[in-house]
Amino acid sequence: MITKEEVEHVGWLARIEIDAKESDAYAEKLNSVLDYFGQLDEVDTEGVKPTYHVADIVNVFRKDEVTESMPQEDVLANTEHKQEGNFKAPKIM
Amino acid sequence: MAAWTDISGIRQKIADSSAEEVTASYIETIGKSKINGFTTVSDEAINAAREIDSNGHEGPLAGVPIAIKENISTKGLSTTCSSKILQGYVPPYDAHVIEKLKAAGAVILGKTNMDEFAMGTSTESSYYGPTFNPWDMDRVPGGSSGGSAAVVAAGEAPVSLGSDTGGSVRCPAAYCGVVGIKPTYGCISRYGLISYANSLEQIGPLATNVADIATIMDVVAGYDSRDSTSINRENTYSDALKDDVKGMKIGVPEEYFGEGIDENVEKAVWDSISKFEDMGATYEKVSMPHTKYALASYYIIAMSEASSNLARFDGTRYGYRADGDNWHVMASKTRAEGFGPEVKRRILLGTYALSAGYHDKYYLKALQVRTLVKQDFDRALANVDVLMAPTMPAPAFKIGEKIDDPLSLYLADVNTVPINLAGVPSISVPCGLSDGMPVGLQIIGKHFDENTIIRAAYSFEQNTDHHTRRPPEVA
Repeated sequence: MITKEEVEHVGWLARIEIDAKESDAYAEKLNSVLDYFGQLDEVDTEGVKPTYHVADIVNVFRKDEVTESMPQEDVLANTEHKQEGNFKAPKIM
Repeated sequence: MAAWTDISGIRQKIADSSAEEVTASYIETIGKSKINGFTTVSDEAINAAREIDSNGHEGPLAGVPIAIKENISTKGLSTTCSSKILQGYVPPYDAHVIEKLKAAGAVILGKTNMDEFAMGTSTESSYYGPTFNPWDMDRVPGGSSGGSAAVVAAGEAPVSLGSDTGGSVRCPAAYCGVVGIKPTYGCISRYGLISYANSLEQIGPLATNVADIATIMDVVAGYDSRDSTSINRENTYSDALKDDVKGMKIGVPEEYFGEGIDENVEKAVWDSISKFEDMGATYEKVSMPHTKYALASYYIIAMSEASSNLARFDGTRYGYRADGDNWHVMASKTRAEGFGPEVKRRILLGTYALSAGYHDKYYLKALQVRTLVKQDFDRALANVDVLMAPTMPAPAFKIGEKIDDPLSLYLADVNTVPINLAGVPSISVPCGLSDGMPVGLQIIGKHFDENTIIRAAYSFEQNTDHHTRRPPEVA
Protein backbone atom coordinates (compact mmCIF):
# COMPACT_ATOMS: atom_id res chain seq x y z
CA MET A 1 0.00 0.00 0.00
CA ILE A 2 1.30 3.41 -0.95
CA THR A 3 0.30 6.09 1.53
CA LYS A 4 -0.66 9.70 0.91
CA GLU A 5 2.68 10.78 2.40
CA GLU A 6 4.61 8.38 0.15
CA VAL A 7 2.78 9.78 -2.90
CA GLU A 8 3.94 13.27 -1.94
CA HIS A 9 7.50 12.02 -1.37
CA VAL A 10 7.61 10.17 -4.72
CA GLY A 11 6.19 13.31 -6.33
CA TRP A 12 9.14 15.25 -4.93
CA LEU A 13 11.61 12.59 -6.17
CA ALA A 14 10.01 12.80 -9.62
CA ARG A 15 9.81 16.63 -9.46
CA ILE A 16 6.05 16.64 -9.90
CA GLU A 17 4.32 18.93 -7.43
CA ILE A 18 1.41 17.16 -5.76
CA ASP A 19 -0.64 19.11 -3.28
CA ALA A 20 -2.24 17.55 -0.24
CA LYS A 21 -5.69 17.72 -1.86
CA GLU A 22 -4.61 15.54 -4.83
CA SER A 23 -2.53 12.96 -2.98
CA ASP A 24 -5.51 10.92 -1.72
CA ALA A 25 -6.88 10.48 -5.22
CA TYR A 26 -3.41 9.53 -6.53
CA ALA A 27 -2.89 7.03 -3.71
CA GLU A 28 -6.18 5.31 -4.52
CA LYS A 29 -5.46 4.93 -8.25
CA LEU A 30 -1.81 3.96 -7.74
CA ASN A 31 -2.79 1.33 -5.17
CA SER A 32 -5.18 -0.41 -7.56
CA VAL A 33 -2.31 -0.72 -10.06
CA LEU A 34 0.20 -1.80 -7.39
CA ASP A 35 -2.26 -4.49 -6.23
CA TYR A 36 -2.30 -5.81 -9.76
CA PHE A 37 1.53 -5.75 -9.91
CA GLY A 38 1.53 -7.85 -6.75
CA GLN A 39 0.50 -10.91 -8.80
CA LEU A 40 4.14 -11.23 -9.89
CA ASP A 41 4.85 -12.53 -6.37
CA GLU A 42 3.26 -15.81 -7.53
CA VAL A 43 6.01 -16.38 -10.10
CA ASP A 44 9.05 -18.39 -9.03
CA THR A 45 12.01 -16.36 -10.32
CA GLU A 46 14.69 -17.99 -8.17
CA GLY A 47 17.90 -17.99 -10.23
CA VAL A 48 16.25 -16.32 -13.29
CA LYS A 49 18.43 -13.65 -14.87
CA PRO A 50 16.80 -10.27 -15.53
CA THR A 51 16.32 -9.15 -19.16
CA TYR A 52 17.17 -5.45 -19.51
CA HIS A 53 16.82 -5.47 -23.26
CA VAL A 54 16.50 -8.11 -25.97
CA ALA A 55 19.07 -6.95 -28.49
CA ASP A 56 22.09 -9.22 -28.51
CA ILE A 57 24.49 -6.31 -28.00
CA VAL A 58 26.83 -5.66 -25.08
CA ASN A 59 28.89 -2.52 -25.56
CA VAL A 60 28.69 -0.25 -28.57
CA PHE A 61 31.72 1.93 -29.19
CA ARG A 62 32.61 4.45 -31.84
CA LYS A 63 35.90 6.07 -32.73
CA ASP A 64 36.73 9.11 -30.62
CA GLU A 65 36.61 11.49 -33.57
CA VAL A 66 35.32 15.03 -33.68
CA THR A 67 32.33 15.32 -36.00
CA GLU A 68 30.10 18.23 -36.86
CA SER A 69 27.58 19.06 -34.16
CA MET A 70 24.35 21.03 -34.17
CA PRO A 71 24.75 24.82 -34.39
CA GLN A 72 24.35 26.50 -31.00
CA GLU A 73 21.50 28.73 -32.21
CA ASP A 74 19.51 25.63 -33.24
CA VAL A 75 20.00 24.09 -29.82
CA LEU A 76 18.81 27.27 -28.13
CA ALA A 77 15.98 27.96 -30.59
CA ASN A 78 13.28 26.34 -28.45
CA THR A 79 13.56 28.57 -25.40
CA GLU A 80 13.25 32.24 -24.55
CA HIS A 81 15.33 31.62 -21.46
CA LYS A 82 18.90 31.99 -22.70
CA GLN A 83 21.90 34.22 -22.22
CA GLU A 84 25.29 34.37 -23.94
CA GLY A 85 24.87 30.98 -25.61
CA ASN A 86 23.61 29.23 -22.49
CA PHE A 87 20.26 28.05 -21.17
CA LYS A 88 19.11 30.24 -18.32
CA ALA A 89 17.34 28.66 -15.34
CA PRO A 90 16.46 29.79 -11.82
CA LYS A 91 19.04 29.18 -9.11
CA ILE A 92 19.34 25.52 -8.18
CA MET A 93 20.93 25.76 -4.70
CA MET B 1 -14.34 12.38 -51.28
CA ALA B 2 -11.90 10.46 -49.13
CA ALA B 3 -10.67 7.22 -50.69
CA TRP B 4 -8.15 4.46 -50.11
CA THR B 5 -5.31 4.49 -52.60
CA ASP B 6 -2.25 2.30 -52.32
CA ILE B 7 1.28 3.47 -53.06
CA SER B 8 1.25 2.14 -56.63
CA GLY B 9 -2.07 3.93 -57.19
CA ILE B 10 -0.59 7.17 -55.82
CA ARG B 11 2.43 6.83 -58.09
CA GLN B 12 0.11 6.33 -61.05
CA LYS B 13 -1.85 9.47 -60.10
CA ILE B 14 1.41 11.41 -59.83
CA ALA B 15 2.44 10.18 -63.27
CA ASP B 16 -1.00 11.23 -64.65
CA SER B 17 -1.07 14.62 -62.88
CA SER B 18 1.61 15.73 -60.39
CA ALA B 19 2.85 15.15 -56.86
CA GLU B 20 1.63 18.66 -56.05
CA GLU B 21 -1.93 17.81 -57.11
CA VAL B 22 -1.89 14.56 -55.14
CA THR B 23 -0.64 16.28 -51.98
CA ALA B 24 -3.13 19.13 -52.46
CA SER B 25 -6.00 16.65 -52.72
CA TYR B 26 -5.00 15.01 -49.43
CA ILE B 27 -4.74 18.40 -47.72
CA GLU B 28 -8.23 19.22 -49.01
CA THR B 29 -9.55 15.91 -47.60
CA ILE B 30 -7.89 16.58 -44.23
CA GLY B 31 -9.50 20.03 -44.19
CA LYS B 32 -12.94 18.38 -44.16
CA SER B 33 -12.01 15.77 -41.56
CA LYS B 34 -14.22 15.10 -38.55
CA ILE B 35 -11.94 12.58 -36.83
CA ASN B 36 -9.23 14.86 -35.34
CA GLY B 37 -6.51 12.53 -36.59
CA PHE B 38 -4.03 15.20 -37.66
CA THR B 39 -2.61 17.64 -35.11
CA THR B 40 -0.65 19.66 -37.67
CA VAL B 41 -0.65 19.76 -41.44
CA SER B 42 2.78 20.73 -42.74
CA ASP B 43 3.06 24.14 -44.41
CA GLU B 44 5.99 22.68 -46.35
CA ALA B 45 4.13 19.67 -47.82
CA ILE B 46 3.06 21.44 -51.01
CA ASN B 47 6.54 22.88 -51.56
CA ALA B 48 8.11 19.48 -51.01
CA ALA B 49 5.72 17.93 -53.54
CA ARG B 50 6.41 20.73 -56.05
CA GLU B 51 10.12 20.08 -55.67
CA ILE B 52 9.63 16.37 -56.36
CA ASP B 53 7.78 17.36 -59.55
CA SER B 54 10.47 19.79 -60.67
CA ASN B 55 13.51 17.63 -60.00
CA GLY B 56 12.05 14.38 -61.33
CA HIS B 57 12.83 12.46 -58.13
CA GLU B 58 13.00 8.73 -58.83
CA GLY B 59 12.95 7.40 -55.26
CA PRO B 60 10.60 4.57 -54.32
CA LEU B 61 8.27 7.03 -52.56
CA ALA B 62 8.66 10.00 -54.93
CA GLY B 63 5.73 12.30 -54.15
CA VAL B 64 3.97 9.82 -51.83
CA PRO B 65 2.39 11.66 -48.87
CA ILE B 66 2.93 10.16 -45.44
CA ALA B 67 1.57 11.07 -41.99
CA ILE B 68 3.90 10.97 -38.97
CA LYS B 69 3.10 10.38 -35.32
CA GLU B 70 3.53 13.36 -32.96
CA ASN B 71 6.49 11.70 -31.17
CA ILE B 72 8.78 11.34 -34.20
CA SER B 73 11.04 14.37 -34.68
CA THR B 74 10.52 16.36 -37.85
CA LYS B 75 12.86 19.29 -38.47
CA GLY B 76 10.91 22.54 -38.52
CA LEU B 77 7.59 20.80 -37.85
CA SER B 78 5.99 20.79 -34.38
CA THR B 79 6.57 17.54 -32.43
CA THR B 80 4.80 17.55 -29.07
CA CYS B 81 3.95 13.95 -28.09
CA SER B 82 0.41 15.44 -27.83
CA SER B 83 1.43 16.97 -24.50
CA LYS B 84 1.06 20.45 -23.05
CA ILE B 85 4.64 20.25 -21.80
CA LEU B 86 6.02 20.23 -25.36
CA GLN B 87 3.75 22.93 -26.78
CA GLY B 88 5.75 25.09 -29.14
CA TYR B 89 8.61 22.60 -29.47
CA VAL B 90 9.96 22.46 -33.01
CA PRO B 91 12.77 19.91 -33.47
CA PRO B 92 16.02 21.24 -34.93
CA TYR B 93 16.67 17.87 -36.59
CA ASP B 94 14.95 14.98 -38.37
CA ALA B 95 14.60 11.48 -36.93
CA HIS B 96 16.49 8.80 -38.84
CA VAL B 97 13.23 7.51 -40.35
CA ILE B 98 12.34 11.00 -41.57
CA GLU B 99 15.76 11.40 -43.25
CA LYS B 100 15.18 8.05 -44.97
CA LEU B 101 11.64 8.94 -46.06
CA LYS B 102 12.71 12.30 -47.46
CA ALA B 103 15.63 10.70 -49.32
CA ALA B 104 13.15 8.23 -50.86
CA GLY B 105 11.02 11.18 -52.06
CA ALA B 106 8.17 10.95 -49.54
CA VAL B 107 6.19 14.10 -48.73
CA ILE B 108 5.68 14.66 -44.99
CA LEU B 109 1.98 15.55 -44.90
CA GLY B 110 1.71 16.36 -41.20
CA LYS B 111 1.68 15.04 -37.66
CA THR B 112 -0.86 12.71 -36.11
CA ASN B 113 -2.55 12.61 -32.76
CA MET B 114 -1.58 10.14 -30.03
CA ASP B 115 -2.04 9.38 -26.38
CA GLU B 116 0.13 11.80 -24.44
CA PHE B 117 3.71 10.47 -24.58
CA ALA B 118 2.35 7.26 -26.16
CA MET B 119 0.89 6.18 -22.83
CA GLY B 120 -2.48 4.74 -23.70
CA THR B 121 -4.69 2.48 -25.75
CA SER B 122 -7.30 4.97 -26.91
CA THR B 123 -5.79 8.34 -28.01
CA GLU B 124 -8.09 9.99 -25.47
CA SER B 125 -5.29 11.38 -23.28
CA SER B 126 -4.03 13.77 -25.97
CA TYR B 127 -3.71 17.47 -25.15
CA TYR B 128 -5.43 18.04 -28.54
CA GLY B 129 -8.52 16.02 -27.54
CA PRO B 130 -9.47 12.53 -28.67
CA THR B 131 -9.28 11.14 -32.19
CA PHE B 132 -12.48 9.44 -33.36
CA ASN B 133 -12.68 6.04 -35.01
CA PRO B 134 -13.74 6.53 -38.67
CA TRP B 135 -15.87 3.34 -38.44
CA ASP B 136 -17.91 4.76 -35.55
CA MET B 137 -17.39 8.27 -34.24
CA ASP B 138 -18.51 7.22 -30.74
CA ARG B 139 -15.59 4.81 -30.46
CA VAL B 140 -11.87 5.20 -29.86
CA PRO B 141 -9.42 4.53 -32.71
CA GLY B 142 -7.12 2.63 -30.34
CA GLY B 143 -3.77 3.90 -29.30
CA SER B 144 -1.38 5.17 -28.77
CA SER B 145 -0.85 5.73 -32.54
CA GLY B 146 -4.60 6.37 -32.93
CA GLY B 147 -4.14 9.34 -35.26
CA SER B 148 -1.79 7.42 -37.55
CA ALA B 149 -4.28 4.54 -37.90
CA ALA B 150 -7.41 6.69 -38.16
CA VAL B 151 -6.07 8.97 -40.91
CA VAL B 152 -5.12 5.96 -43.03
CA ALA B 153 -8.52 4.32 -42.43
CA ALA B 154 -10.28 7.59 -43.27
CA GLY B 155 -8.37 8.03 -46.53
CA GLU B 156 -6.64 11.19 -45.24
CA ALA B 157 -3.18 9.70 -45.86
CA PRO B 158 -2.18 6.57 -47.78
CA VAL B 159 0.45 5.50 -45.23
CA SER B 160 1.74 6.63 -41.86
CA LEU B 161 4.33 5.96 -39.19
CA GLY B 162 3.48 5.11 -35.61
CA SER B 163 5.45 3.73 -32.70
CA ASP B 164 4.75 0.57 -30.74
CA THR B 165 5.89 0.22 -27.12
CA GLY B 166 3.24 -2.28 -25.99
CA GLY B 167 0.89 -2.49 -28.97
CA SER B 168 0.61 1.15 -30.02
CA VAL B 169 0.78 0.37 -33.76
CA ARG B 170 -1.06 -2.97 -33.75
CA CYS B 171 -3.93 -1.93 -31.48
CA PRO B 172 -5.08 1.08 -33.55
CA ALA B 173 -4.44 -0.86 -36.78
CA ALA B 174 -6.82 -3.57 -35.49
CA TYR B 175 -9.43 -1.08 -34.23
CA CYS B 176 -9.38 0.96 -37.47
CA GLY B 177 -9.23 -1.98 -39.92
CA VAL B 178 -5.79 -1.26 -41.39
CA VAL B 179 -2.43 -3.06 -41.44
CA GLY B 180 0.33 -2.23 -38.94
CA ILE B 181 3.66 -3.83 -38.08
CA LYS B 182 5.83 -3.77 -34.95
CA PRO B 183 9.25 -4.78 -36.28
CA THR B 184 11.91 -6.67 -34.31
CA TYR B 185 13.60 -4.57 -31.63
CA GLY B 186 16.67 -2.99 -33.27
CA CYS B 187 15.27 -3.14 -36.81
CA ILE B 188 14.44 0.55 -37.25
CA SER B 189 16.57 3.30 -35.69
CA ARG B 190 14.90 5.10 -32.79
CA TYR B 191 17.08 8.18 -33.33
CA GLY B 192 14.65 11.09 -33.14
CA LEU B 193 11.79 9.06 -31.64
CA ILE B 194 10.98 10.74 -28.32
CA SER B 195 11.49 7.92 -25.84
CA TYR B 196 8.80 6.53 -23.56
CA ALA B 197 10.18 3.05 -22.73
CA ASN B 198 13.23 2.57 -24.87
CA SER B 199 13.91 -1.14 -24.25
CA LEU B 200 10.47 -1.95 -25.65
CA GLU B 201 9.64 0.43 -28.46
CA GLN B 202 9.98 0.38 -32.21
CA ILE B 203 8.73 2.66 -34.96
CA GLY B 204 6.36 0.88 -37.36
CA PRO B 205 4.38 1.76 -40.52
CA LEU B 206 0.60 1.60 -41.00
CA ALA B 207 -1.09 1.18 -44.39
CA THR B 208 -4.22 -0.12 -46.10
CA ASN B 209 -2.42 -3.21 -47.40
CA VAL B 210 0.58 -5.45 -46.74
CA ALA B 211 2.56 -4.50 -49.87
CA ASP B 212 2.69 -0.86 -48.76
CA ILE B 213 3.97 -1.95 -45.34
CA ALA B 214 6.85 -3.79 -47.05
CA THR B 215 7.59 -0.78 -49.27
CA ILE B 216 7.86 1.55 -46.25
CA MET B 217 9.94 -1.01 -44.31
CA ASP B 218 12.39 -1.18 -47.25
CA VAL B 219 12.89 2.58 -46.87
CA VAL B 220 12.97 3.12 -43.10
CA ALA B 221 14.62 -0.04 -41.71
CA GLY B 222 18.38 -0.43 -41.44
CA TYR B 223 21.43 0.34 -39.36
CA ASP B 224 22.04 3.75 -37.80
CA SER B 225 25.05 4.37 -35.54
CA ARG B 226 23.10 7.07 -33.64
CA ASP B 227 20.87 4.40 -32.05
CA SER B 228 23.11 2.09 -30.02
CA THR B 229 20.47 -0.67 -30.18
CA SER B 230 20.29 -0.55 -33.97
CA ILE B 231 21.23 -3.88 -35.55
CA ASN B 232 23.29 -4.06 -38.73
CA ARG B 233 21.38 -6.46 -40.93
CA GLU B 234 20.40 -6.17 -44.59
CA ASN B 235 16.94 -7.26 -45.67
CA THR B 236 14.52 -6.61 -48.52
CA TYR B 237 11.03 -6.77 -47.07
CA SER B 238 9.24 -6.59 -50.42
CA ASP B 239 10.89 -9.90 -51.39
CA ALA B 240 8.39 -11.45 -48.98
CA LEU B 241 5.33 -10.40 -51.02
CA LYS B 242 4.56 -13.91 -52.25
CA ASP B 243 1.24 -15.75 -52.12
CA ASP B 244 2.62 -18.96 -50.63
CA VAL B 245 2.11 -20.46 -47.20
CA LYS B 246 2.36 -24.13 -48.23
CA GLY B 247 3.90 -26.10 -45.38
CA MET B 248 3.96 -23.08 -43.05
CA LYS B 249 3.59 -24.15 -39.43
CA ILE B 250 1.33 -21.96 -37.31
CA GLY B 251 1.28 -22.02 -33.51
CA VAL B 252 -1.89 -20.85 -31.77
CA PRO B 253 -1.19 -19.84 -28.15
CA GLU B 254 -4.27 -20.75 -26.13
CA GLU B 255 -3.50 -18.10 -23.50
CA TYR B 256 -4.27 -15.40 -26.11
CA PHE B 257 -7.92 -16.50 -26.19
CA GLY B 258 -8.44 -15.91 -22.47
CA GLU B 259 -11.16 -14.59 -20.25
CA GLY B 260 -13.11 -11.65 -21.63
CA ILE B 261 -12.45 -12.35 -25.31
CA ASP B 262 -15.23 -11.18 -27.62
CA GLU B 263 -16.83 -14.20 -29.27
CA ASN B 264 -16.91 -12.60 -32.71
CA VAL B 265 -13.19 -11.82 -32.39
CA GLU B 266 -12.51 -15.41 -31.41
CA LYS B 267 -14.52 -16.68 -34.37
CA ALA B 268 -12.90 -14.31 -36.86
CA VAL B 269 -9.42 -15.40 -35.78
CA TRP B 270 -10.24 -19.12 -35.91
CA ASP B 271 -11.88 -18.65 -39.33
CA SER B 272 -8.64 -17.01 -40.45
CA ILE B 273 -6.58 -19.92 -39.18
CA SER B 274 -8.89 -22.31 -41.09
CA LYS B 275 -8.32 -20.19 -44.18
CA PHE B 276 -4.55 -20.63 -43.72
CA GLU B 277 -5.14 -24.40 -43.54
CA ASP B 278 -7.06 -24.22 -46.85
CA MET B 279 -4.07 -22.35 -48.26
CA GLY B 280 -1.69 -25.17 -47.32
CA ALA B 281 -0.48 -24.24 -43.83
CA THR B 282 -0.87 -26.39 -40.72
CA TYR B 283 -1.57 -25.32 -37.16
CA GLU B 284 -1.05 -26.64 -33.67
CA LYS B 285 -2.01 -25.25 -30.28
CA VAL B 286 0.90 -24.08 -28.19
CA SER B 287 1.12 -23.01 -24.57
CA MET B 288 2.88 -19.87 -23.35
CA PRO B 289 2.37 -20.20 -19.61
CA HIS B 290 3.81 -16.85 -18.51
CA THR B 291 1.47 -14.80 -20.72
CA LYS B 292 -0.76 -13.85 -17.77
CA TYR B 293 2.20 -12.20 -16.02
CA ALA B 294 3.37 -10.27 -19.09
CA LEU B 295 1.04 -7.33 -18.49
CA ALA B 296 2.30 -6.57 -14.97
CA SER B 297 5.92 -7.09 -16.03
CA TYR B 298 5.42 -4.81 -19.04
CA TYR B 299 3.82 -1.98 -17.09
CA ILE B 300 6.45 -2.01 -14.35
CA ILE B 301 9.28 -1.89 -16.91
CA ALA B 302 7.57 0.70 -19.11
CA MET B 303 6.76 3.00 -16.18
CA SER B 304 10.26 2.65 -14.71
CA GLU B 305 11.89 3.54 -18.02
CA ALA B 306 9.39 6.38 -18.49
CA SER B 307 10.25 7.89 -15.12
CA SER B 308 13.84 8.19 -16.30
CA ASN B 309 13.18 9.15 -19.95
CA LEU B 310 10.68 11.87 -19.11
CA ALA B 311 13.01 13.50 -16.56
CA ARG B 312 14.31 15.68 -19.40
CA PHE B 313 11.03 17.61 -19.57
CA ASP B 314 11.83 20.07 -16.80
CA GLY B 315 11.13 23.44 -18.43
CA THR B 316 14.80 24.29 -18.81
CA ARG B 317 15.57 23.83 -22.51
CA TYR B 318 12.28 23.63 -24.42
CA GLY B 319 8.53 23.52 -24.08
CA TYR B 320 6.36 24.77 -21.27
CA ARG B 321 7.93 26.50 -18.23
CA ALA B 322 6.08 27.47 -15.06
CA ASP B 323 7.29 30.25 -12.72
CA GLY B 324 9.44 29.48 -9.71
CA ASP B 325 12.31 31.29 -8.05
CA ASN B 326 14.23 28.07 -7.47
CA TRP B 327 14.95 25.41 -10.15
CA HIS B 328 13.34 22.55 -8.21
CA VAL B 329 10.15 24.53 -7.66
CA MET B 330 10.09 25.65 -11.31
CA ALA B 331 10.62 22.06 -12.54
CA SER B 332 8.05 20.55 -10.13
CA LYS B 333 5.41 23.11 -11.13
CA THR B 334 6.26 22.79 -14.84
CA ARG B 335 5.78 19.04 -14.68
CA ALA B 336 2.66 19.25 -12.51
CA GLU B 337 1.04 21.69 -14.97
CA GLY B 338 2.55 20.31 -18.20
CA PHE B 339 1.87 16.57 -17.91
CA GLY B 340 -1.61 15.04 -18.01
CA PRO B 341 -2.93 12.70 -15.28
CA GLU B 342 -1.96 9.36 -16.89
CA VAL B 343 1.60 10.52 -17.62
CA LYS B 344 1.96 11.70 -14.03
CA ARG B 345 0.61 8.41 -12.69
CA ARG B 346 3.09 6.43 -14.76
CA ILE B 347 6.05 8.60 -13.76
CA LEU B 348 5.05 8.31 -10.09
CA LEU B 349 4.64 4.53 -10.28
CA GLY B 350 7.93 4.17 -12.17
CA THR B 351 9.75 6.33 -9.66
CA TYR B 352 8.22 4.28 -6.84
CA ALA B 353 9.16 0.95 -8.49
CA LEU B 354 12.78 2.09 -8.81
CA SER B 355 13.06 3.69 -5.37
CA ALA B 356 15.05 2.28 -2.46
CA GLY B 357 13.19 -0.60 -0.82
CA TYR B 358 10.97 -1.38 -3.83
CA HIS B 359 13.50 -1.88 -6.63
CA ASP B 360 13.84 -5.66 -6.13
CA LYS B 361 10.14 -6.24 -5.41
CA TYR B 362 8.92 -4.51 -8.55
CA TYR B 363 11.59 -3.60 -11.11
CA LEU B 364 13.98 -6.54 -10.74
CA LYS B 365 11.06 -8.98 -10.47
CA ALA B 366 9.53 -7.57 -13.65
CA LEU B 367 12.83 -8.01 -15.52
CA GLN B 368 13.04 -11.62 -14.37
CA VAL B 369 9.48 -12.28 -15.49
CA ARG B 370 10.43 -10.68 -18.80
CA THR B 371 13.07 -13.41 -19.19
CA LEU B 372 10.40 -16.09 -18.62
CA VAL B 373 8.03 -14.46 -21.13
CA LYS B 374 10.83 -14.31 -23.68
CA GLN B 375 11.63 -17.99 -23.06
CA ASP B 376 7.97 -18.84 -23.78
CA PHE B 377 8.44 -17.26 -27.23
CA ASP B 378 11.78 -19.01 -27.81
CA ARG B 379 10.19 -22.38 -27.00
CA ALA B 380 6.99 -21.83 -29.00
CA LEU B 381 8.78 -20.46 -32.05
CA ALA B 382 11.35 -23.28 -32.05
CA ASN B 383 8.66 -25.63 -33.42
CA VAL B 384 6.52 -23.34 -35.60
CA ASP B 385 7.16 -20.61 -38.17
CA VAL B 386 4.67 -18.06 -36.82
CA LEU B 387 2.18 -17.59 -34.01
CA MET B 388 -1.36 -16.33 -34.65
CA ALA B 389 -3.74 -14.73 -32.17
CA PRO B 390 -6.25 -11.88 -31.88
CA THR B 391 -4.45 -8.52 -31.84
CA MET B 392 -7.02 -7.16 -29.38
CA PRO B 393 -9.40 -9.33 -27.37
CA ALA B 394 -12.38 -7.12 -28.28
CA PRO B 395 -13.18 -4.44 -30.87
CA ALA B 396 -12.83 -0.69 -30.23
CA PHE B 397 -14.57 0.50 -27.06
CA LYS B 398 -16.63 3.66 -26.58
CA ILE B 399 -14.98 7.02 -25.96
CA GLY B 400 -15.00 7.73 -22.23
CA GLU B 401 -15.71 4.11 -21.29
CA LYS B 402 -12.35 3.34 -19.66
CA ILE B 403 -10.50 6.63 -19.29
CA ASP B 404 -11.12 7.01 -15.56
CA ASP B 405 -10.03 3.47 -14.72
CA PRO B 406 -6.37 3.05 -15.68
CA LEU B 407 -6.25 -0.67 -14.86
CA SER B 408 -9.16 -1.53 -17.18
CA LEU B 409 -7.33 0.30 -19.99
CA TYR B 410 -4.10 -1.61 -19.26
CA LEU B 411 -5.96 -4.94 -19.46
CA ALA B 412 -6.87 -4.26 -23.10
CA ASP B 413 -3.15 -4.66 -23.96
CA VAL B 414 -2.98 -8.27 -22.81
CA ASN B 415 -2.23 -9.73 -26.27
CA THR B 416 0.16 -7.07 -27.50
CA VAL B 417 2.61 -6.37 -24.65
CA PRO B 418 4.24 -9.84 -24.49
CA ILE B 419 5.56 -9.27 -28.02
CA ASN B 420 7.42 -6.11 -26.94
CA LEU B 421 8.87 -7.85 -23.88
CA ALA B 422 10.28 -10.55 -26.19
CA GLY B 423 11.29 -8.06 -28.92
CA VAL B 424 9.87 -10.24 -31.72
CA PRO B 425 8.10 -8.83 -34.80
CA SER B 426 4.32 -8.84 -35.19
CA ILE B 427 1.89 -7.62 -37.85
CA SER B 428 -1.82 -6.95 -37.43
CA VAL B 429 -4.08 -7.45 -40.47
CA PRO B 430 -7.86 -7.01 -40.78
CA CYS B 431 -9.62 -10.40 -40.50
CA GLY B 432 -13.32 -9.62 -40.12
CA LEU B 433 -15.87 -7.52 -38.28
CA SER B 434 -17.57 -7.74 -34.89
CA ASP B 435 -20.84 -5.78 -34.79
CA GLY B 436 -19.57 -3.64 -37.63
CA MET B 437 -16.18 -2.90 -36.05
CA PRO B 438 -12.89 -4.26 -37.47
CA VAL B 439 -11.05 -7.21 -35.93
CA GLY B 440 -7.28 -7.67 -36.21
CA LEU B 441 -5.37 -10.92 -36.68
CA GLN B 442 -1.91 -10.77 -35.14
CA ILE B 443 0.85 -12.76 -36.84
CA ILE B 444 3.98 -13.03 -34.71
CA GLY B 445 7.40 -14.17 -35.95
CA LYS B 446 10.93 -14.98 -34.86
CA HIS B 447 13.51 -12.25 -34.25
CA PHE B 448 14.36 -10.55 -37.58
CA ASP B 449 12.07 -12.91 -39.49
CA GLU B 450 9.73 -10.11 -40.64
CA ASN B 451 9.68 -11.69 -44.09
CA THR B 452 7.78 -14.77 -42.91
CA ILE B 453 5.04 -12.74 -41.18
CA ILE B 454 4.82 -10.38 -44.17
CA ARG B 455 4.50 -13.40 -46.50
CA ALA B 456 1.75 -14.89 -44.29
CA ALA B 457 -0.09 -11.56 -44.11
CA TYR B 458 0.24 -10.96 -47.85
CA SER B 459 -0.99 -14.46 -48.69
CA PHE B 460 -3.98 -13.98 -46.39
CA GLU B 461 -4.81 -10.72 -48.13
CA GLN B 462 -4.58 -12.33 -51.58
CA ASN B 463 -7.04 -15.05 -50.56
CA THR B 464 -9.60 -13.04 -48.54
CA ASP B 465 -11.48 -9.76 -48.88
CA HIS B 466 -11.30 -8.42 -45.30
CA HIS B 467 -8.79 -5.72 -46.28
CA THR B 468 -11.23 -4.32 -48.86
CA ARG B 469 -13.81 -3.33 -46.19
CA ARG B 470 -13.78 0.39 -45.52
CA PRO B 471 -15.36 2.70 -43.00
CA PRO B 472 -18.65 4.36 -44.03
CA GLU B 473 -18.04 7.51 -46.10
CA VAL B 474 -14.72 6.20 -47.44
CA ALA B 475 -14.52 4.88 -50.99
